[in-house]
Amino acid sequence: MINQRSLFFNIDWIIIFIYITLCVIGWFNIHAAVYDPQNPSIVDLDTNYGKQLLFIVTALILGAVILLLDNKFFNAFSPIFYGVTLILLVVVLFVGRNVGGNQAWIPIGSFRLQPSEFAKFSSCLLLAKYLSSTNLKLQDFQTLIVCTLILVIPMALIMLQPDTGSALTFTSLVFVLYREGLSGYTLVIGALFIALFVLTLLFNTWAVTGILVAIAAVLIASNKKNRSFITTIAIGTAISVVFIFCVDFAYDSILQSHQRNRIDVILGKINDPRGEGYNLNQSKIAIGSGGLWGKGYLQGTQTKYDFVPEQSTDFIFCTVGEEWGFAGSFVVVTLYVTLLIRIINLAERQRSSFTRIYGYGVASILFFHFFVNIGMTIGLVPVIGIPLPFISYGGSSLISFTILLFIFLKLDSNRMGVI
Amino acid sequence: MNSFFPRRYVIQGIFIAIALVLLLRLFYIQVIDKSYFLSAKDNVLRRIPIFPARGLILDRTGKVLVQNEPVYDLMVIPNEVKPFDTLEFCGLIGINKEDFDKKFKKAIKYSRYTSSIFEKQLSALTYAAFQEKLYEYPGFYVVNRSVRYYPDSIAAQFLGYIGEVSERDIEKSVGFYRKGDYIGKTGVEKSYEELLRGQRGVQQLMVDAFNRPKGHFADGRYDTIAVSGERLISSLDKDLQKFGEQLMVNKIGSIVAIEPSSGEILTFVSSPSYNPNLMVGRQRGKNYTALNTDPLKPMFIRPIQAEYPPGSIFKVINALLGQQFGSIKADTRFFCGGGYYYGGSRPMKCTHVHGSSDLPRSIQVSCNTYYGNVYAAMIDRSGMRSVNGFKRWREGVAKFGIGSRLDIDLPHERKGLLPTDSLYTKRYRNDKWRSGYNISLSIGQGELGITPLQMANVAATVANRGFFYKPHLVKAIGEKKYIKPEYTKKNYVGVDAKYFEPVIQGMSMVVNQFPGTATYSAIYNIEICGKTGTVQNPHGDDHSVFFAFAPRNNPKIAIAVVVENGGHGSTWAAPIASLLIEKYLTDSTKRDKYYVDRILKGNLLPRPKVAPKPVAPKKPDSSSNKQKQQPAVTANKKR
Ligand SMILES: [Zn+2]
Repeated sequence: MINQRSLFFNIDWIIIFIYITLCVIGWFNIHAAVYDPQNPSIVDLDTNYGKQLLFIVTALILGAVILLLDNKFFNAFSPIFYGVTLILLVVVLFVGRNVGGNQAWIPIGSFRLQPSEFAKFSSCLLLAKYLSSTNLKLQDFQTLIVCTLILVIPMALIMLQPDTGSALTFTSLVFVLYREGLSGYTLVIGALFIALFVLTLLFNTWAVTGILVAIAAVLIASNKKNRSFITTIAIGTAISVVFIFCVDFAYDSILQSHQRNRIDVILGKINDPRGEGYNLNQSKIAIGSGGLWGKGYLQGTQTKYDFVPEQSTDFIFCTVGEEWGFAGSFVVVTLYVTLLIRIINLAERQRSSFTRIYGYGVASILFFHFFVNIGMTIGLVPVIGIPLPFISYGGSSLISFTILLFIFLKLDSNRMGVI
Repeated sequence: MNSFFPRRYVIQGIFIAIALVLLLRLFYIQVIDKSYFLSAKDNVLRRIPIFPARGLILDRTGKVLVQNEPVYDLMVIPNEVKPFDTLEFCGLIGINKEDFDKKFKKAIKYSRYTSSIFEKQLSALTYAAFQEKLYEYPGFYVVNRSVRYYPDSIAAQFLGYIGEVSERDIEKSVGFYRKGDYIGKTGVEKSYEELLRGQRGVQQLMVDAFNRPKGHFADGRYDTIAVSGERLISSLDKDLQKFGEQLMVNKIGSIVAIEPSSGEILTFVSSPSYNPNLMVGRQRGKNYTALNTDPLKPMFIRPIQAEYPPGSIFKVINALLGQQFGSIKADTRFFCGGGYYYGGSRPMKCTHVHGSSDLPRSIQVSCNTYYGNVYAAMIDRSGMRSVNGFKRWREGVAKFGIGSRLDIDLPHERKGLLPTDSLYTKRYRNDKWRSGYNISLSIGQGELGITPLQMANVAATVANRGFFYKPHLVKAIGEKKYIKPEYTKKNYVGVDAKYFEPVIQGMSMVVNQFPGTATYSAIYNIEICGKTGTVQNPHGDDHSVFFAFAPRNNPKIAIAVVVENGGHGSTWAAPIASLLIEKYLTDSTKRDKYYVDRILKGNLLPRPKVAPKPVAPKKPDSSSNKQKQQPAVTANKKR
């Protein structure tokens, strides 16, 4: 009994509150997105919002179960979760239902299992377990390799589906590595490479190379005496040049044409509001037309009348933007940021490094989804098909995000204990 | 806790920074940039004009002259068109591939994103076949319109036609008309456009991404309904009009019949005519060109646009004015020895030697000599200078509506010609001229141009014994049968009623008593009062003219008939008028078959290959003949 009560008091209710709020917001917006004025019933299990209600209830039950599980369970079983996930990721390549060009789903009865969703928390768990083991230093090359492998194996399998969006999610875990001691330069260098990537695609490869070399030359000339500095710059420049040509090659030869187009649309290289840019353009119109206060619940026209594609899943934020305006967008963004900050705060109060690392993983993954999903609806990020956590329609994603979050809540509720 | 603890702030900072970037971007596209709002509207809203039914036009008894027939305009929004089977499409709407390409290019040129007419006026039949396949052609849709249909194909010039608005119409209408709208171009359709057109409505429909209608914007709060045009009850008698048109087949000329007690026009025939249905539909352009270049000018509205010297029917006016001015009395007699001598050696010839006539007989036999004398009495023996006598005479004539527009409710009316004294003062270089200088005016020739409408109006004035109502084509407007007040006002011509009786007596004798000039047109039980005229035509055969009213007491119809190249007034014009009067008053034709057939079959159209007949030089008024500005159709007078 004491345990029970302490569990109740130890759970972070702020996170629970934000979680439920986001689920409710999601449910109302899914309802609005598929709302048909000619058939205005609110609960109908055949519709998306009816099903979502079931998903939410299922997720809550699952969350409760997780909270009741033993704390050691997750630490102990994380390699098994990870292994099962990998097996499922392989299986899905063979038996998966091909939806929208992706071998992403394993049909189990009427339910469709999406292993890539579960790869997120199982990878986090394993990463946390590995990094929390004593006497490890991320500065060690071997440690870094293991960490990378933990992340790259599921990533690669997901890439094979091919589901680029979900695969890219794993890159967000670089925040975890950074927190745990990965050199700060990693982030800076990562940012630099992203910048180079964009520049390469925007401008002529040779021009970018030329400018890069020129900058390197100026830097070297200004600091002739420092040998190591010169060496660093020279190596950096060389790597950059190789990277530029790799990007150029990858862009032309590896990326599929629709992916190329999505990137081009974001970069403003092509302006084709009826072709590839259609989704993005309609999405921006829907959100942009919401104004400050929005058109009101169920009053959105752009999402309801199918101008926006995937309006209840990946583009659910369009409904938020259109019907609730900037005010609604602000609330949603604020909720997410509050959630992320809160998770980090909780992670940092842990005595167990396993919990802390896992918490950072949760925050990173949620952050990535939040940023990329909203960013793509307003044209800041290429259109990558990943859901908005807790809001987008879909059982797999809601349940996997719920598991992801509630494992952390469970671990946090036990923060006073030592593993 | 470990040494990397401060890095949490870096990470949290990144989260917050990214969130701020998102919020800034959201703020920009949601609050600052308004273009998305407009795009959203464009996406969803379709303004569908609802075209009102154009007002019907009925005849005086309520029979339909013009009705509406539904047609379907095929519209296109080029940008929404997806590839489809062009050949099948063309087959469905009955065009060929080149037409298709041309039309599609035109639509693109107009606008890629807004709709324009792709093909006009699909028939109900074509539409029915096409409708089932419409879903296969995204970007195309159909707008329901109505076009005019004329069940009896009569009264083309009277009714006029509608056509697409011109750029000028659009400008003038300050926003009412839009490209592709229809507007009355001539006839009643034009003069009553504002009543007939009704009020257009607009529906703001919402559509989804596939252009499927999704109901009314804001529950229809911004929709307006179309208000149908007013129904016009025209003055025309459909049966009489039809009969008149039949009688005028293969003849050039006009018939105007007026109800004297109201000024309502019963018949308005302009011949040759055309089938008004030709001006409707997809072949309209071709038909229009053909009609417009026809040498017989079917589009010319002869009753109000053709001007003729009136000839002998003008004697009626001179007889009335002569009495009113006190120049003659009903029993004043003049002797006719075969001509009127007005100075010099050459007389104004008369057709016969009539001997002594009083006023009624002078009209019955149409004696030129008599009217030479009457005219001279009015101008020269008025107790004032001739020029002032002429001015008084002219004023008197003008009151009959001659030389000015009667303001009939049709566009393009001509006013005709009534000379002023200054014309002669200028011509003779001083104002000392006398009646002899323009004596031909006494018998309705010289510088006179009168439209058939004006002739009929004079007949109505005589029938009313001194006044007329403005002739008009529309009896009543709308459900409330509104009548314009100007049509109920009597216009007095300044001749006392008592002076009409002797003239009417003469006009009755013209038809009903030997040796009247139109006894061939008498009807057994109806007393027609009329006057023939024969208008000499330097370009061919004389024009046959007759005007009349009937019955003598309480007249019901006044009529003027002009048959170009018809010769004497009694040959064609009088029988036609007589048949129409009979038809109108008795609703039947009891004349022998040959009498009617002769007119129905008579062909008086000019034969262009035949050399014009030499015209006998008759110049009773040579001095003025040479110099005068001839009206459109020149004439001389016989009886
Ligand atoms: Zn005579």
